[in-house]
Formats: sequence, structure tokens, C-alpha cells
Amino acid sequence: MRPLDPRLIKWAQATRLFLILSVILGAATAVTIVIQAALLARIITDVFQRGADLASIGQLTAGLAAVFAIRALLSYLQDWIAFRSSAQAKSQLRMAVLDHAVKLGPQFLDSRSTGGIAQLTGRGIDALDAYFARYLPQLLLAVVVPIVLGAVILSQDLLAAAIVAFTLPLIPLFMVLVGWYTQGKVDRQWRTLAVLSGYFLDVVAGLPTLKVFGRAKAQAANIRQVGDRYRKATMRVLRVSFLSSLVLELLATLSVAIVAVSIGLRLVGGSMDLQTALFVLILAPEAYLPLRMVGAQYHAAAEGISAAGELLDILETPLVESAAIGGAPAGPLALDLVDVSCRYPDRDVEVLKKLSCSFPVGQVTAVTGPSGSGKSTLLQLVLSFMQPTAGVVEVTGEQRSRSLSDIDSEAWLDQIAWLPQEPVMLAGSVFSNIRLGAPNADTESVERVAYQAGLTPDVLQQVLSDTGAGVSAGQRRRIGLARVLLRSKPLVLLDEPSASLDSHTEQVVADVIAELRAEGRTVVMVAHRPALITLADHIVHLEPVEQISEQVAVSGAGQVPLPGLRP
Amino acid sequence: MTANRGWRSRPVFRVMATARPVRGRLLLAGLLGALAIGSSVGLLATSAFLISKASQQPPILYLSVAIVLVRAFGIGRGVFRYAERLTGHDAAFRSLTDLRLAVFDRLTVVAPAGTSAYRSGDLLNRLVADVDAVVDLYLRVALPYIVAIVVGIGSVLLVTIFVPAAALALAAALLVGALIVPALTLRRLDRSQRKVAPAMARLTAETVTLADGSAEVIALGQQQRFLDRIAAADQELTQAAAVAARSSGVGSALGVLAQGGAIVAAIVFGTQAVTSGALDGVNLALVILVPLAAYEAVQVLPAAIVTLLRVRESARRITAVLDAPNPVPDPVNPVSIDAPGAVDLQVTALSAGWKLDDWVVGPVSLDVRPGRPVALVGPSGSGKSTVAAGLTRLCPSQGKVFFSDQDLSRATGDDVRRIIGLAEQNPHLFDSTVAENVRLARRSATDEEIHEILVELGLGPWLAALPDGLQTPVGRFGRAVSGGQRQRLALARVLLSETPIVVADEPTEYLDASSADVVMRALTRRCRHRGLLIITHRAADVAWCESSVSLGGQISV
Repeated sequence: MRPLDPRLIKWAQATRLFLILSVILGAATAVTIVIQAALLARIITDVFQRGADLASIGQLTAGLAAVFAIRALLSYLQDWIAFRSSAQAKSQLRMAVLDHAVKLGPQFLDSRSTGGIAQLTGRGIDALDAYFARYLPQLLLAVVVPIVLGAVILSQDLLAAAIVAFTLPLIPLFMVLVGWYTQGKVDRQWRTLAVLSGYFLDVVAGLPTLKVFGRAKAQAANIRQVGDRYRKATMRVLRVSFLSSLVLELLATLSVAIVAVSIGLRLVGGSMDLQTALFVLILAPEAYLPLRMVGAQYHAAAEGISAAGELLDILETPLVESAAIGGAPAGPLALDLVDVSCRYPDRDVEVLKKLSCSFPVGQVTAVTGPSGSGKSTLLQLVLSFMQPTAGVVEVTGEQRSRSLSDIDSEAWLDQIAWLPQEPVMLAGSVFSNIRLGAPNADTESVERVAYQAGLTPDVLQQVLSDTGAGVSAGQRRRIGLARVLLRSKPLVLLDEPSASLDSHTEQVVADVIAELRAEGRTVVMVAHRPALITLADHIVHLEPVEQISEQVAVSGAGQVPLPGLRP
Repeated sequence: MTANRGWRSRPVFRVMATARPVRGRLLLAGLLGALAIGSSVGLLATSAFLISKASQQPPILYLSVAIVLVRAFGIGRGVFRYAERLTGHDAAFRSLTDLRLAVFDRLTVVAPAGTSAYRSGDLLNRLVADVDAVVDLYLRVALPYIVAIVVGIGSVLLVTIFVPAAALALAAALLVGALIVPALTLRRLDRSQRKVAPAMARLTAETVTLADGSAEVIALGQQQRFLDRIAAADQELTQAAAVAARSSGVGSALGVLAQGGAIVAAIVFGTQAVTSGALDGVNLALVILVPLAAYEAVQVLPAAIVTLLRVRESARRITAVLDAPNPVPDPVNPVSIDAPGAVDLQVTALSAGWKLDDWVVGPVSLDVRPGRPVALVGPSGSGKSTVAAGLTRLCPSQGKVFFSDQDLSRATGDDVRRIIGLAEQNPHLFDSTVAENVRLARRSATDEEIHEILVELGLGPWLAALPDGLQTPVGRFGRAVSGGQRQRLALARVLLSETPIVVADEPTEYLDASSADVVMRALTRRCRHRGLLIITHRAADVAWCESSVSLGGQISV
């Protein structure tokens, strides 16, 4: 783990200012530590050696109190700036990541687990607080404070300064050496540990299976046994890996002890005065303290750095360079798939295999087939969210035809109106949600398409919450349908348009499809229900790839045999 | 822990109670930790004394004890700290095993229906992580407090010997550091949470909307609009966090002031004592400098409190499992069930669901006889698998299930599962070998038996291709095994078991037509003398059965 990832400074600009301010505050803190030590040494010497009473050290004591007040203020400022900068850095990182993730496209967003990116850019990123507020300032203090204090000690006593100057660099040096020496051992142990620590998750996850075979209760003994082995193996690792902090503590305190004894002996010899001796004694441990604290903050920081690391990795995922430069053909569109194969990047089985089929201009084509037969993938291909691994998708406009892969994705999407299975809903009115389809549409058109999609005028003003709650699944679909109508694009994609709808709404869908056909649009519709399939001019039936050697779309007009028992 | 009230019933203490056997080790670790910080205090105290005494230029012999002590403390700090960490971790891991067993014991009773953990892999992972997180409760919460108490008392006593009034001030400063500063930290976290949480909720909602609908949003060309909305929510959140940041430093500033106060008090009272002759001047440096070192003991406590807050959530989720009621309790006076030669399972009006009285499927009636396979048919999502779970008492159900005229509702769940075996739809493969994964159904099974069944199920070529055949590890969660192979391993399990009734949930999912045929042939052949219920949505599977039930009534094929 790198203590400070340069990528963080690059993406989160707030980090830069924060680092500068932290160095300034660190230097100020170092100065107050020096003044505090000087005052303490003076006061003790005055009272002990020069017989001063409370009144005569009054000013010095007040000065010391003031120094503490300043230190308190500095520590307050440090925390304030740290949390504030952390909030800004998180915000910069978050927006940069989301911006980039959207550019990476839906395939990328889908490949992350449910709520993955929201979690990562939301609460997940909060782990950076500990890093910013505790670790980074400490890291800077560990550089600034020893330098300042070392210089001051040098001005007072050469020998003590030499001890500090000699041992202080030894700490990181030895930690690195111990780290190197133990790394191999620790790595070997971690591999054993990974197996053992996964064991509990394994049995807990498999508990239903164990129950089925009456083997659950017998596992308790194994858990204890594996737990003991885990503990012993972990302790073997820790005995080695704690060595580096042993070196740190040992060097830090032993050096102070050596300084103290050397000063003491020189005091006896009369070659040093008490005030200087006390001053050096008080300063010496302070020189080591920031370095020790860095070690203590390491744990919390590691979490923050790993959270930041995940985000930075997203930011550095390269965008797919598109060779497409051409615009989309104008006018009514036809699509032809020629020997198209398709595979998800993380899977080795093809979803579509040598599929050839046509979606003729101005006709309604139904795509049918059991789940897993690649219907959704087909739509993803047409939307250019996925690229075929083999074959081409031909787009034919009024005058010319060209391969879909040559068309600029943004221009292409502008030719499409698409009803997904779960239309996206944003917080706001139903009206504004419909207008998402065409942001410049006038009120009248919105009201018209809403009517066509079976939405009553009073529904239009209904307001959806943040989470899109407030409308039923059926209404959601109708809003999506209205959106499609409002877009009025040559190519229309409908993904199971009547799923989870009652028979009345199904009629609305049927009317909308009829309307689209009348308008001369090319409609591609993934459908299950016979009522909708009968509306199609043309049917493309898909079967799952595993069951066939080559996917031949069964095309027919109007009627296809419905697969066996699937309703 | 019978009462549900009082601090003993709080999740953190419930979870801590499992540490009782290691209490001694934890206290030892605390003591070692106290000795480590005590060494720091001792180092500064003896050094201060050494230097003060040395300035009087006594014969060097007078200083030798102090010199030895200074060096001893110098070494002690690192050594004691190392010992503390090892002892503490050892105790924590010992206790972790006990906690895991407690959680596992309860899970064996309530899983999978009685806890939300089995609803998603994420929740399950979190539960396991929660158990691991309890280690922090010992190492980062309990130990620092033990150390702070011991060091605090020791330092105050040390100063009391010289200047009681200064000791009082030190005690007050330490109390501020141990109680008030952490309390302020808590209050700040609580407050900023209240300010930040709504903004965070909005941001998350907006992000989820974009992430879930990203395809459509991009298709509509509306990315910027959604990003702008997120940016607005982000601004709100960042502003709330910036406001909350203003109070973040109050705790640490107060800590510095408390420490300063103790030192100034030590100066004032110490000087008075020296002037009045109550304190030998040579000890003044010690009295003034001890607070400087002793305060370290309380400096980690705010972090301990933050850890406590986090672990409290984990502890809460763990106790939720420990307290989860059994959704499918065994009958009070269970009867044992005989397995006679002729077996017959009669199911009448069975409804099942993951919560009691919240039936997602049913009523279903069917009659399973040896050698006459029955198909249970329905589209995906119709709750077919819930029927299987209900039959094997993995989830609540209602209706009559009779096995050879014996009422299974009067038997224990374990006994029911000795009668009805199940090949789950998503079987778990354990991180072990292929053979061991199958053998868990019957420990006495030989490798030959297992091999024979797997070959019959069409896995012969796959086994032959594996580097170590049956002894090949399947990897964590069976990652190295595809869906179709996994399914067939589950079938091999249930075939190997000796239950008179076999339920196979989607046995041919993920298989091509010819492999599916092989599987169905093996299943029906192996179950000539056992009752077989096939749960499926494929027509081809139904053809192998004598009758089929389509989640409504039994019809002949």
C-alpha cells in the first residue's frame, strides 16, 4: 500500500490545498511544541534551582497556558480542515467516477453488483474520512515535526541531536527491513489463512444443503477445530508482522532513554545546565511521537485507501475507443442481422450464435423464445450497448445501408425509441417523466401521448419520490409507453410491453402498437403473450444456444407453435 | 440473559458475554498494555527525576538506580506493547470461535427461512463479516479502556505521593479525556449523521436511479440531466458535511486543553509545595511531566468509541440471528417415522411460504409412489422451489403430508429430511473435492459408487478431464464448476442418500436436450424403488413422468 496515492491528488483537487494547509499547521504545531518545552524547562529550573515562587513564574505559566490554548486551536483547525477537505475530495472523486461510469456505459454499470456503484460512491467512500482526517495529517507531521524539533535540539545539544538524528531514520529503515524479511513468511501464512477464514462462510452458506442431508449439527466440531487452527496460524503471522511495530516502539523509547541518561551524566559532570537538559528531555519524545502515531492510524487508513483504490480503478478503466464516425441513415429504417454471434465478456458461452434475421421497414416483428434464448441480448445489440463477437448488424435507411458498428452510438440512439422492462423514473411529476423522452416537447404533445398510453390527466400531475415510488408497475410501463410515443423515432424497441399488465392495459399496448404501425415505424417487440404475438407481421423465434448448434431464427407470419408448457 | 431489559441484554454485552472463557487472557493483555504505556510514564518520570538529581551533582552512584530504571522503561515500552498485542489477539480469536459456534448453532435451527441472511449472498457475507468484526470489540474498545483505567489510576497515585492537589487535577483531566471527549465525539457523529443522512439518502437514491436505468438514460441521451441531479444532491451532502466538520475538532481541542490544564495545575500546586517545603524541588519536574506522558492513555479512546458504534451495528445483527425464532418449530412430542418397504407420499393441499401464513404457493396436492415419477410444473417465479422447501421443512408450510399413512407434521424436521431428500436448484458446493461434496449425502459411500453415479448422470467426460478426477477441488463456492455440473452433483448427492422419497428441483436446468435426457434417464432408473418428484418448467422432463401437477391439480400425461 502506498501511503499517498498520487492518483488521489490528480482526481481530488481538494487534496492539494489540504496537503499545503496541513504542512503549515504541522509546522505551527511543531513551533508550539518547542515553545511549550522551553517554557516548561524554564519554569521547572526557576522554581527548583533559582527558588522562584508562584508569583515570579506567573507570567511564564500564563504564557504556557496560552501555548496550550494555541495548540488546542491548531488541533481544532486541523480536524476542521481535514473533514472539510475530505468532504470536498469525496465529492470530486464521486462525481468524476459517476461521470466516467456513465461514459463506460450500461454494460459496465450492470457488471457491478446490485447497488454496487451507489454504495461505492455513497457510503463506501466515507472510509476516506479516517484517511484524510487522521492518517494524512499524521503522515505530514511525521515529516515536519522531527525536522523542526531536530534542528532545535541541535541548537541546544549536539550529542542529543546526534542520537535523534541517528535513530529517527533508523525507524522507517528497520521497519522496511523487517517488512522485507517477514514478507515471504507472512505471505505463505496468509495463503493458509485465506483458506481457513473462508471456511466459516463456506459452511454458513452451505447450511441449507447440510440440513437437507442431516449434516449440519456435525459441523460444529469442525468449526471449533478450524477456528483453533485459524487462530494458531494467525498468531504465527502476527508474531512476525508485529515485529515491525516492536522495532518502532523500541527504537523510539530506547533513544529517549539514551538521551536522558547521556544528559544526566553530563549534568553530573557539570558540562550542561538543568534548563537545557530539561528542554531536550521534553522535546526528545515529541520528535518520535508523530511517527509512532502514523503506525497507530495505519489500520483505519488502509480501509480508506482501499475504498479510494476501487474508485480510482474505475476512473482508470479505459473507454472503448469507437471507430464509428458516421451518422445514422435517415428516414425509415430496416435492420438485418447476418450471422451474428454474441458473448458476455465474463462468460465463455455464447448467448447468440450465428443468428440471422430481419426487421423489415414499417413492420412489427415479434421476438419470442424461452428465457435464456438471448432476446434481451438481441435488444442490447440493436441498441449498440453490446458489440457482436462475429457477424454484422446492417442498418438500411432510405438511401443507403451501413454496418451498425460504423455508426456513432449517440447518433444511432437518437433514431430509437425504446421501452425497457423497467422504465427509469426520476423524482418529479409524471408529466416531467414522460417528457424525458423528448425534453423540448410541448404540453399538448405530452398530454396527447399520455392519453394514448392510457394515463388520465390527473395522473400527469402526480409526483414521484426520490426512489420512484408512487406509481404502480403498470403505470410505470404506461409512462414508458408514452415516452416512446413522444419520442417519435423511426425504430421502436419494446421489451415485453405487456408484462405485469392487466387485460385492459394490454389493450392499450395493442392500440399503441397499431398506432406505431400506422405511423410507419419499424417495431421490434420482445413478447410472451399470444395476444401481442398475433399483432406481429413477422416473428423471430429464438432457442437457447446450448440446445442447438446454430441459431436459425424461425420466422413466420402471425402464428408460431408456443413452446410446450410455458404459458 | 432471561430478561430482555437492562444493559446485559444489549447486543454489545450479549456478544461480549461469549468472551467469558477468555476473560483472564483479556485482562492480562490489558495489564500488559498498561505496563507499555506505564513504561512511557515511568520513562519520563524517572528521566525527570534523574536529570533534576544529576543537576545537584551527587556522586554518580546515587543515580545508578534511576539510570537502570530509565533504560528498563525505555525497553519495556516496546516489549510490553508487543506482548499485549499478541495476548490480546490470541484472546480475541479464541472468543471469535465461540461466537461463531453460537451463531452457527442458531443458524442450524433457523436457516434458511428464519433469517434474512439467506435472501442474498451480500447479506450472508455481511453476517460472516459481522462475526469477524467483533474482534475489534475486544482489541479496539475493551483493551484501550482497561489500559486507560490502569494507567490513569497508576499515574494519579504516583503524583499523589508528591502533590495530592496536582493529582486531583490530573484525575480531572484524565476523566475529561476518557469520558467527555469520547462523549463529544459520539454526539458529533450522531449530529452530523442526522444532518448528513438525509442528503446521503437522496444522493444514494439518485445514484441508484441512474445506475439501474443507465441503459435507458443513455438511450434517451439524458445522462447529463441525471448527473446534474446527482451533482445537486452531492452539493447538498458536501455542504452538510462541511457544516458538520466545524464541530469535529472540538473533542481533540478539549483534550489538549485538559492536558494543558493538568500541567498548569501541576506547576501551580507543585511550586506552592516547593515554596512551602512540602515538596523537595528535585521531584518537581516529575510532578509536572507525568501528566504530559499519562495523557497518552486516553488519547485513543475517541477512536475506541467510534469503533464501538460500528461494532454495535454488527452486534445487533448477530443478536438478531441469535434471537431469531424458529419459523418451522418441531412438534412438542415428535413421533418417529418408520420407513416400510412400500413407500408412498401423499400431499394434500400443501401451501408454503418463507413466512408463516404468508403462503407464496399452493395449495398443491400430489401423490408420489415408488417408481412412478411425478412432475410438478409451473413457470419460473410460480413458487415451485418453495414447495420443495416446504416439503423438506426448510420453510413454513400448511396442509397434510402423509408418508405411508404416517403424519409427517408430527415428526421432527430432521426426521422429515431422512424421509424426503432434496436436490436443490442452487446447491452449495463446499470448498473441497468433488468426491467429498457428493459424499456428504452418505459418509459410507465409496469412490466407486460416487464415480458410477456421476458417470450415469453424464459427467463421465467431465470427470475424465479433471486433473485429479474425483479428488479435484471444486474451489471456493464451487467456482470451477459450471451450473449444469453443479446441478448434477446435487442430484448425485440425493441419489446417494437413502431417503425413500427424492425431490429434484429443476434437474435439467442449464443442460442441453441430450444431456437432459441422460439425467432424466438416470434419475428415473435409480428411483425405481423410491418416490420421485421432479420440479421443472421443461416439457421434455415431464415426458419422463407418469403424472404431472401444474400447481393446481394432478393430471395424467
